[in-house]
Amino acid sequence: MRKVCSLHANYTISSSLPPLNYFKLLKRIATCLFGTVLTLGAASSPDISAQDNTGGGHDRRDDHRGIAGSHEQTNYTYTKKAFPVLSLDYHHIQVPFEISLWVLLASLMKLGFHLIPRLSGIVPESCLLIVVGLLVGGLIKLAGEEVPPVLDSNLFFLCLLPPIILDAGYFLPIRPFMENIGTILMFAVVGTLWNAFFVGGLLYAVCQIEGTYLSQVELLPCLLFGSIISAVDPVAVLAVFEEIHINELLHILVFGESLLNDAVTVVLYHLFEEYSGAGEVTPMDVVLGVICFLIVSLGGIAVGAIYGILAAFTSRFTSHTRVIEPLFVFVYSYMAYLSAEMFHLSGIMALIACGAVMRPYVEANISHKSHTTVKYFLKMWSSVSETLIFIFLGVATVAGPHAWNWTFVSVTVILCLVSRVIGVVGLTFIINKFRIVKLTTKDQFIVAYGGLRGAIAFSLGYLLNKDHFPMRTMFLTAIITEIFFTVFVQGMTIKPLVDLLAVKKKQEAKRSINEEIHTQFLDHLLTGIEDICGHYGHHHWKDKLNRFNKKYIKKCLIAGERYKEPQLIAFYHKMEFKQAIELVESGGGVKLPSAMPSQVSMQNIQPKKLPPAVAERALPQFTKGREEEIRKILRSNLQKTRQRLRSYNRHTLVADPFEDGWNDFLLKKQRMIELEKKMSNYLTVPAAPPDSPTMCRARLASDPNAFYNIKASSEGVPTIQVDLASPQSPDSVNMLNEFSKRGAKDQGLGQREVATRDEDQGLMMKPSSAGKEEKGEEEGGNKNPGLMRCLSDPGPSNEDEEDEPFLP
Amino acid sequence: MGASQSARTEHEFQDLADRTGFSLEQIGNLNKRFRQLSKNEETLSRQDLASISALDNNPLRAQIINAFFDKRNLRQNEAGTVQVIGFEEFLMVMSHFRPAAMHITEEEREKLRREKLRFVFNMHDTDSDGTITLEEYRRAVEELLSKAGTIGQETAKAIADAAMLEVASTTRGKMEPDEFYEGITFENFLQILKTFDIETRMHVRFLNMDTATMRCGK
Repeated sequence: MRKVCSLHANYTISSSLPPLNYFKLLKRIATCLFGTVLTLGAASSPDISAQDNTGGGHDRRDDHRGIAGSHEQTNYTYTKKAFPVLSLDYHHIQVPFEISLWVLLASLMKLGFHLIPRLSGIVPESCLLIVVGLLVGGLIKLAGEEVPPVLDSNLFFLCLLPPIILDAGYFLPIRPFMENIGTILMFAVVGTLWNAFFVGGLLYAVCQIEGTYLSQVELLPCLLFGSIISAVDPVAVLAVFEEIHINELLHILVFGESLLNDAVTVVLYHLFEEYSGAGEVTPMDVVLGVICFLIVSLGGIAVGAIYGILAAFTSRFTSHTRVIEPLFVFVYSYMAYLSAEMFHLSGIMALIACGAVMRPYVEANISHKSHTTVKYFLKMWSSVSETLIFIFLGVATVAGPHAWNWTFVSVTVILCLVSRVIGVVGLTFIINKFRIVKLTTKDQFIVAYGGLRGAIAFSLGYLLNKDHFPMRTMFLTAIITEIFFTVFVQGMTIKPLVDLLAVKKKQEAKRSINEEIHTQFLDHLLTGIEDICGHYGHHHWKDKLNRFNKKYIKKCLIAGERYKEPQLIAFYHKMEFKQAIELVESGGGVKLPSAMPSQVSMQNIQPKKLPPAVAERALPQFTKGREEEIRKILRSNLQKTRQRLRSYNRHTLVADPFEDGWNDFLLKKQRMIELEKKMSNYLTVPAAPPDSPTMCRARLASDPNAFYNIKASSEGVPTIQVDLASPQSPDSVNMLNEFSKRGAKDQGLGQREVATRDEDQGLMMKPSSAGKEEKGEEEGGNKNPGLMRCLSDPGPSNEDEEDEPFLP
Repeated sequence: MGASQSARTEHEFQDLADRTGFSLEQIGNLNKRFRQLSKNEETLSRQDLASISALDNNPLRAQIINAFFDKRNLRQNEAGTVQVIGFEEFLMVMSHFRPAAMHITEEEREKLRREKLRFVFNMHDTDSDGTITLEEYRRAVEELLSKAGTIGQETAKAIADAAMLEVASTTRGKMEPDEFYEGITFENFLQILKTFDIETRMHVRFLNMDTATMRCGK
């Protein structure tokens, strides 16, 4: 795999991109275009036929380019005397146009599958995409063209693979990953080694049998083939496992294995490739191989970690240029991948390390919007890449050339299955002796059955040099068959099998604050118990690492005060913010009353003696939750009006954390005005004492200008300014934070806001007991599944959601 | 005499192993640790546990120590605290942190789950009245965040309130403004942590071999 650079050093990336010259459809379109354009340009018809001729006659793109270009040129100069008002130069835009066309095809296919409701329930998307690839390849062949070598190794390893791996690494569920790292490493290293040697060795033995016509196959190429075919493929695993919603443990076991076996595959591949010419392998080479493995894996992780820390450090200073923030995440990660590939280290491990290292710090530094951008870009890129990979796999199958050998292919498929099962069962037997949560037989079955092979194997096979490996074509055919077998047979049956075996599924529930409290609680509790038991266990070291991280690393890598924030508080703030957004979004709609199915407010849990609760109950017909909601709607309405007055600036985003959900504001505006009228009626009807907090809020809500009064009346009461629309202030982008900290009003940031307060940019509100009630009804909102669904941006906090498949 | 004493100890250990589920090696190790902590006394006091320096950084230090002297955790169904505990009690508390066995039935799993959650619940329910009141929950969260400085103390209350509201809205559904949610009962506690796999998470690796060299001492 790492030969990519050396083998294709003379090609640039763009020149190896898939040429889709004569994809039939395109030709039609092009012809039509030609027709129209030329008619418009009052040109003669021979041009069209000329184009068709060139189109039919040349298959190599480079030839075609030159000749077609000259054709056109002669044609144009020959037929046209007048100045060409409109001319057509397809070759000028050919490469990017075709890339876009492929991407468009991929995206449309993906879109199409989800429009057919029952299909995606039965057949995994990856299978459908391969079928589409086969069809496209077939069409190209039918059109009489040479199928382009789309799944070029260079393109695959440098363009298509990194987004998928980065997505996986950035959103890697660290906790379960680290808790099971021993098992994962065991499967990834020992398991892959076992598979490679078992498959390779037995294949060689089979090849020696008379009558198979395979006696010319030597041992080393067999082992090389074994090492290519034995590695579980992350792309295929992701594609299938995301759809079956398996429980977290099994998912991380199979997926983690597929990520970490990269180093083993790289080393084995190089080792066997190197020695397949030389012949003999000495014990010295084995030792060197082991050292090489350590360097490749640890070096990859080190490179990734360095870039990850650099990215985190850079993001510390981006508070003034928020727009380019997401870029750093992508660029540093890609650099990590390329740097690792440069030294033939494991690029996949570098990417994983980079993403996992940078994430906590970057997330604390960048704005909420940037985080959303990062998230969506990663998901978008990885899903497009994945789609393209599967389509290309199909096209490459049609492209051939194939050398079908029944014995070789069937033995490969059988051996892969057998070795996987033996490997998993054998390794689990050893691992279970050390594991506390043992792997059951069902788990073992899923781990073994989920070992899908994919495009990495194909690309590695594609890289083999034909001169050194005369069996390359046969290898490729066998690899493709194995991929198809695993993706189609195993991928399609794994879902029913999971249901049949009643394997524990993933918990779909949302992470609650109580669970978060108890996660933290348990961590400290177990650390304490370990300390009392008097031995350094996992929890002890984890605690040490956490404290080191908090004390030194976070301080360096996270800007401002946020590094002090414990995880629980960060979680709480994110949750609060998310619920606020949810509330505003749902409240902005028409069905305001139904948005709050259950209303448990602070007064329900507060001991009755508290005066604010009594005061609030003066308005019995109007529950706290609803009032708070109305207030919020009106407040955001107000801000939005202000915000629209701001001029557009290319370099700064308008700093309104609520903007995300407000794109359709103008449409809603009319509704809002009506709502406002209705609600201010509600609020002012009960004759509460003029100075009660309720009244103040009501007035504040119904009349934006009234906040001067409130300011006067709230003298001596701690206040906080909600400054939601001031792009000038660098802090304002962190407003999500400030906003959610209303309860903790004495925060340094809050004070600073008050100090630098500009009356045009914010409004004052009395914190009083409002914050609590709000929470109350937010909890209520939390319960409504419909409400959850209408949340367009799930926010950065929800680990579970991020682990969930992005594609439904 | 030495032989008879060791025979007696072995017999005792076997008895303890049957009751707590620990292996004999584990009990041996824990006994060594117990002796080390209690300075070779028969009983262990709060001071002995408080003197473990590794606990100093633990925000839950006081709660953990209290849990060892809480009668409810000693598998006797009575409330209150004791001043000193013997080795048997020490083992009883520790046995809450044993990992689940490999093949257990659903009922056993549920039982284990309840036991472990009960332990946590008891840690929160400081006055042993069977409910975690808002006050108690607030204190628990404050303890949890006690190492986080002032930010922690201010937010702790809000977090506990939010958590309490979550419990109330999950377990009660809609509540009238004048209704009062008095506190989290154990049933509510089970319900709210339904998806929290405590049976696979709340465990410590008890060593089977003697690792005197790895001891972190006091």
